[in-house]
Amino acid sequence: MKFLLIMQVNPAVLEALTDAERESIGNGHAEFMRLTQESGEFIGTQALADPANTLTVRGTGSVPAVTDGPYLEAKEYMGGFYLVDCESRERAVELAKQIPDTAFGGLAIEVRPVMFSAGFEM
Amino acid sequence: MTSVEVEDLLRRLAPRVLAVLVRRHGQFDACEDAVQEALLAAAMQWPAEGVPAEPAGWLVTVAGRRLTDQWRSESARRRRETTLAVQQPYHELLTPDPADELDRHVDDTLTLLFLCCHPEVSAPSQLALTLRAVGGLTTEQIARAFLVPESTMAQRISRAKQKIKEAGATFAMPAGPERTERLAVVLHVLYLIFNEGYTATSGPDLQRVELTAEAMRLTREVRRLLPATDPAAGEVAGLLALMLLTDARRATRATPDGALVPLAEQDRGRWDAELIKEGTELVEQTMATAPLGPYQLQAAIAAVHAEAPSTEATDWRQVLVLYEILDRMTPNPMVTLNRAIATAEVHGPRAGLDLLGTLAGDKRIAGHHRLDAVRGHLLELAGDRAAAHEHYRRAARHTVSLPERRYLEQRAERLK
Repeated sequence: MKFLLIMQVNPAVLEALTDAERESIGNGHAEFMRLTQESGEFIGTQALADPANTLTVRGTGSVPAVTDGPYLEAKEYMGGFYLVDCESRERAVELAKQIPDTAFGGLAIEVRPVMFSAGFEM
Repeated sequence: MTSVEVEDLLRRLAPRVLAVLVRRHGQFDACEDAVQEALLAAAMQWPAEGVPAEPAGWLVTVAGRRLTDQWRSESARRRRETTLAVQQPYHELLTPDPADELDRHVDDTLTLLFLCCHPEVSAPSQLALTLRAVGGLTTEQIARAFLVPESTMAQRISRAKQKIKEAGATFAMPAGPERTERLAVVLHVLYLIFNEGYTATSGPDLQRVELTAEAMRLTREVRRLLPATDPAAGEVAGLLALMLLTDARRATRATPDGALVPLAEQDRGRWDAELIKEGTELVEQTMATAPLGPYQLQAAIAAVHAEAPSTEATDWRQVLVLYEILDRMTPNPMVTLNRAIATAEVHGPRAGLDLLGTLAGDKRIAGHHRLDAVRGHLLELAGDRAAAHEHYRRAARHTVSLPERRYLEQRAERLK
C-alpha cells in the first residue's frame, strides 16, 4: 500500500530550534531515507519551499482568481512529504514515527493512504 | 522461437537452474543474482540466435560463470585465493542421474518457494522474491506489476535475500509440522499475488505482467509437485480452485471504464465456463477426499455462485452453511460480514443486521469501509433508504480504492 507521509511544520517551532537540533533533524532525515531505501519501501520525497512563495489559483465560477499566499492561512503548513510503499497502515505509522520531526512538539507527520497514482517513474 | 515463447521457457527453467547453483554453492543471494543475469542474457540472445540444444545447461553455465567472475574479482580485491572447484562443467550437474533428476527438480522448486516465503521476510518482500526466484520474472516486470519504481523493487528483493541470509536459512526442505506451517505461508503469498493482480486499482498498463495468471501458474506447479498424500494437498487444490473460480468472473467485474460491477449485476453469460468447470470439479473432488480447510470452503462458496444463473436463483442456504463453517474454522470479522449477507438472503435483512451488531466494538473492523458498505446494503434490503444512504456515503469516504469509492457513491446516489 502506498502512503504519503506529510510533514506538517510550524515555522515558529522551526525557528526556535537550536543548531544542534536542526542538525539532528537533518541527519535523521538522511537516516530515514537510507533505511526506507534499503527496505525497499521508499518511492520518493520532496521538500517544499516556504509558503511565502505560494500562489493560489482560486475557482470563482468564471475566471480563476490568482492571489499571493496559501489557500488557508494557518500556523502549520505542509513542509514536504515522503511517498512510501509498505505492508500496512500499521507499518506506515511505524515509519512515520521514525521521521525525526516527531521528536519535537509542534511538528507532526500526517499518514494518508494513496488511492491512485500515475506518472511517477514506475 | 518468439520472444514470448522464450520468456515462457525461461520462466519454467528459472527455479531449476537456481536450485542447481544453490545446491552447489549454498549462497542463495549471489546465485539468485547470477541466474537473473543469465535469464536476461538468454532473453536477449535466444530469440535472435536460436535456443541452445540444452537450454537449462546453457543457463547453468552462464550463471555459473557470472558467479565465479564475481567471486574471482572479490577475492582478487581481498588478495585471497579462490577455492572454487570449477573443473566439473556446470551443466553436468543438471543431469546427475536420470532416475532421480525429476525427484530432485520436484524438491528443488518447492524448497525454493519455502526459502522465498521465509517467515523472517515481510510479506511484500516475500511476494517480490517469489516472483523473481521461482516465477522467473525480471525486477522491472515485478516493479511494473506492483506500480513501484524499479529501484524500490530491486532494493526490496535484495533486502529479502539479506534477511534470509541473516536468518541462517539453508536450502533444505523443512520437515514435519514446520513444513506444514511454512506451506501455509507459501499459499498465503500465492493468494496475495493473485489478489494484487485481481484488485489492482491503478490505470491500465499494457506491459503489466498478469499477476493473476502468474499466481495460478505457480499454484498449479505447487499442486503438481506436492505429493497427493501431503496433509496440505487439499488446501493447495482449494486455493487453485478458488483462483480459477474467481478469475472466471474477471471479464464482468468492471465496466470498460473501470467502474466496479457487483456480483448481483454481472453478466453471468460472460463468465468463463471452462474455468468454472475446472474449478468446480477440483473443489468437489478435493472436499470429498481431503481434510477441510479455509481455501476449499471459499472455493466451494465461489462454486455455488458460479453455478447459479442469477442472485435470486443462488443456493444461499448452502452459501450460508459454508460461511458458518468458515467462520468457526477461522473466526474473522471479514468472514462474519459475508456470513451476514448470506444470512440476509436466507433469513431476511434484519437477521443479517443483527449479526452485524455482534461486530460492534470489534477493533479489527471498526471504521472499516466494508462494515458500512454491508450495513448499507442490508439496510437498503430492509427498506430503510435514509440510513442505507448514510452508510454507503460513510463507506465511500473510508475506502482507499478509487473504483470502490465510485461504486459506493453510486449506490448512495440511487437512494437519495
